[in-house]
Amino acid sequence: MMIDRVMESREFDNFDVRFLGLVFAILAIGVLSIYSVTHDQGGSGLPFFAKQLVWIFLGTIAFFVMLIWDYHRIARLAYPAYILIILLLAFVLFEGKSSRGAQRWIPIGPFAFQPSEFAKLVLILVLAHYYSKAPRVGWLQRVVVPGLLVLPGLFLILKQPDLGSGLSFLAIYAAMLLMVGMRSQAIGVILLFSLMLFPFAWEMMWGSLHDYQRQRIMAFVDPNYDPGGKGYHALQSRIAIGAGELTGKGLYGGTQSQLKFLPEGHTDFVFSVFAEEWGFVGVLTLLVLFVALIWLSLEIAARAKDELGALLAVGVICMLCFCVVVNIGMTAGMFPIVGIPLPLMSYGGSATIMTMASLGLLLNVKRRRLSLFY
Amino acid sequence: MALVSSLESDLGELQRRLVILRVGLLLVVALLGLRLWHLQIREGPYYRDLSENNRTRSVILEPARGLIYDRHGVLLANNVPSFSLYVSLEDVKDRDALVDQLTQLIGLDPALVRKKLAVRGAKQIPRKVKDRLTLREATLIESHRLDLPGVMIQVESQRNYPNGATAGHVLGYVGEVSAEQLEKPEFAELHQGSIVGQYGIEKFYDRAVRGKAGQKSVEVDALGHEKRTVVVDQPQAGDDLYLTIDARLQKVAEDLLGQESGAIVAMDPTSGDILAMASRPGFDPNVLSRELTGKQWIEIVQDEGRPLNNRASQGQYPPGSTFKVMMAAAALESKTVSPSSSVHCNGGYQFGRRLYRDWKAGGHGAVDLRKAIVHSCDVYFYTVGQRMGIDTMAFFGRQFGLGEETGVELPSERVGIMPSTEWKQKAKNEQWLPGETISASIGQGYVTVTPLQMASLIGTVANDGVTFRPRLVRSIMDRETGQLQELPAVEKRKLHIKPEYLKVIQEALADVVTEGTATKAKSTLVTIAGKTGTAQTAALRTGPEKDIPKKFRDHAWFVAFAPVDHPKIAVAVLAEHMGHGGSAAAPLAKDLIETYVKFNTPGASVEQHPAAKAGT
Repeated sequence: MMIDRVMESREFDNFDVRFLGLVFAILAIGVLSIYSVTHDQGGSGLPFFAKQLVWIFLGTIAFFVMLIWDYHRIARLAYPAYILIILLLAFVLFEGKSSRGAQRWIPIGPFAFQPSEFAKLVLILVLAHYYSKAPRVGWLQRVVVPGLLVLPGLFLILKQPDLGSGLSFLAIYAAMLLMVGMRSQAIGVILLFSLMLFPFAWEMMWGSLHDYQRQRIMAFVDPNYDPGGKGYHALQSRIAIGAGELTGKGLYGGTQSQLKFLPEGHTDFVFSVFAEEWGFVGVLTLLVLFVALIWLSLEIAARAKDELGALLAVGVICMLCFCVVVNIGMTAGMFPIVGIPLPLMSYGGSATIMTMASLGLLLNVKRRRLSLFY
Repeated sequence: MALVSSLESDLGELQRRLVILRVGLLLVVALLGLRLWHLQIREGPYYRDLSENNRTRSVILEPARGLIYDRHGVLLANNVPSFSLYVSLEDVKDRDALVDQLTQLIGLDPALVRKKLAVRGAKQIPRKVKDRLTLREATLIESHRLDLPGVMIQVESQRNYPNGATAGHVLGYVGEVSAEQLEKPEFAELHQGSIVGQYGIEKFYDRAVRGKAGQKSVEVDALGHEKRTVVVDQPQAGDDLYLTIDARLQKVAEDLLGQESGAIVAMDPTSGDILAMASRPGFDPNVLSRELTGKQWIEIVQDEGRPLNNRASQGQYPPGSTFKVMMAAAALESKTVSPSSSVHCNGGYQFGRRLYRDWKAGGHGAVDLRKAIVHSCDVYFYTVGQRMGIDTMAFFGRQFGLGEETGVELPSERVGIMPSTEWKQKAKNEQWLPGETISASIGQGYVTVTPLQMASLIGTVANDGVTFRPRLVRSIMDRETGQLQELPAVEKRKLHIKPEYLKVIQEALADVVTEGTATKAKSTLVTIAGKTGTAQTAALRTGPEKDIPKKFRDHAWFVAFAPVDHPKIAVAVLAEHMGHGGSAAAPLAKDLIETYVKFNTPGASVEQHPAAKAGT
């Protein structure tokens, strides 16, 4: 009992204000950019930035729920949650709401719920739970079984199609493998094999891609391949970022975004909007914020008191890193355009709530790192 | 404990591996930073240019064409607002779909629209696809704007001629600059869709009247919708023209010709001011300034009446006996005859084996110069012509401006023919035949003139031998400065003919009206002097005039000036296929001159030339 009380007081100490400050700083930048690009849009109902504030509020609740609720208990719910999310993903395929050729949403009243976003968090729970519990001897238990766990979700997500979430799934799996699943020699062997197998894998993947996905990749290789069509996003985004130059065009000054040359400026391309308006100075500031947030998260992982905590932390970190890097990379023309939102900045209810919930889980790990008994 | 330690070692291994993540993260972020530095700092200016081009479209602002007034300030040409449909190709993804949409919305000729959109040139400059949209059409387009990216409606000024067909040939018409024109340096600053004068004064003074196009830079969004205007380079309106034409007199002249083909030119011999220049059949410049369909255009061009032909400056006719005015001056000055020396006319002139008849069977008897003019004796002029020879005739003919441009400000003025031995050698590579001199003496054979030349000729005689260059514009108002620039009358030349000889001719011409071939031109209002002419069109002349099909009948000429003492107006009338000048043309000239006198009698309400109002 005494120990418990001590723990209670420590829990407060371990609630990291810097961490929360970074999260809300990035969220604020996101809302500002969403406001800038959508403020002159008419339309009924709440404006985008106001809806985003609602998502942030709900996200904050999710954050605290995931913070307070012991992560060991949460992890125990991993398999049921996974089954539920698989069912939802299956439901989306048949009954979901379509938008721009993809069927990803379940309508709930005026809102739309995107299960694939939440599937990422559930996958992190599933894999962390598996690795922390299962005996890990041999390839079967280290690689194949968790791989089988990944497959049904991955399959359903790619079927939507949602290439971005699918890649996130693979990234989370790969991160877990990297951390616990394999010895370093094995990692080397796998890298070697993947390089050798890459052409065949590419063939297979290319064949299974949708037309628009293929065209996006073509457009990535050569943005002038179809500047008015598939290469349009990539080209306009690069123009927006480049035109920001050192100090940017100022708030509302981004002509690329204000004049709608840049499509989806409030969702996947919110970074381009920000980069155009705030320039290289703003972009560096944002990168520093993200790196600081991830650095603090890595500290949490490094000091996690048990493997489950560390694995959960690693999963969340890798998912965040992956999204940030791929999103910025695609807007800057380094990667093909895959629909991955920028965490904490892109408009979107499911992504915002899911990201904040993940961060709550991450802080949960830190909060309990000194409690030995639970 | 073993369990704990094993867990701890696994945890330790995991946490050691976090280094890979740290290093990887820093590496990747460094790469991102580098990429962004490259985009924003190194290539920043390049992308900024791209974004500028992305958002701005140049829209050309058509200038308002200068207004055209008559000599008293009556409006002859102005501009009325009109809607034009433009398409900015840069914003059009599917041209064929757009054409279909437009065709469905408003009645368009799809082939024509496609052709207009296909014209090569900068994609950034919007193409004019249709002008003179009705309000309904413009509203329809506007209401479908969201579905029609790149389509713009511009309010422009459209040329308008409030008096319809009146003075159509003088004013000319406007139209889109053609591809061939655009190649020429004088149209260098223009672009496809620019409106330029294509005929008449509109064409001749196009440079002044056209003005200068402006440009606005319009910020557009990704769908090509106008957001705001960024830079405005205001268009400069063209200069206003004040013509020498008197619109009322012009109307009268055109009405006098009525349905007949022909031309009337009235000018002030003391300045060269053309008071009226009528050519029938005519056209309504409003119709021609609009966009015509190919069929409409072909109809106009193939019209047998050739309505587009300005018969006053482009019609070339044998002058017939009006030529004798020039012949008389040439005969006296070249000392071929004296005013008093006479020739016997027995109704024909024998040359070689051929007899050249006089128009009057039986002849005029003894004929001196005065009588020869008054009664238009052919034999007298056969004789004189034969004596002086074709080259002397040509020398004096040129002095009167025959065979050369009068210099009036109209495009494609024709010069007629003042034949000479040299001319025939050049033109036909043949020797001049003596018999041809005899035909030329009475204004037949190779001699051809334009009505404008004949007006100038009779004006020169009236003005004691001084020729003023005929002109249609007396002043130009600079829209920029508001200054009215009076154009000076240009004295073209002074005839080398003794004043007393001209006097003799003037008196004889006065007698033509009082007692000669043009008594039908006799007026109670004013003294008129003139000379009739009948220009043969066909060699076959058998039977009475009324039996001859109209198209083979002769042209009727009358040239005149008035008042005889101080001539203020010189007139040339040509009525095609109307027979004798005395009966067909002389009354028209009389009516016109009388109208002119009435208009210019003190007390008559004459609108003021704005130049007078402005006090300049």
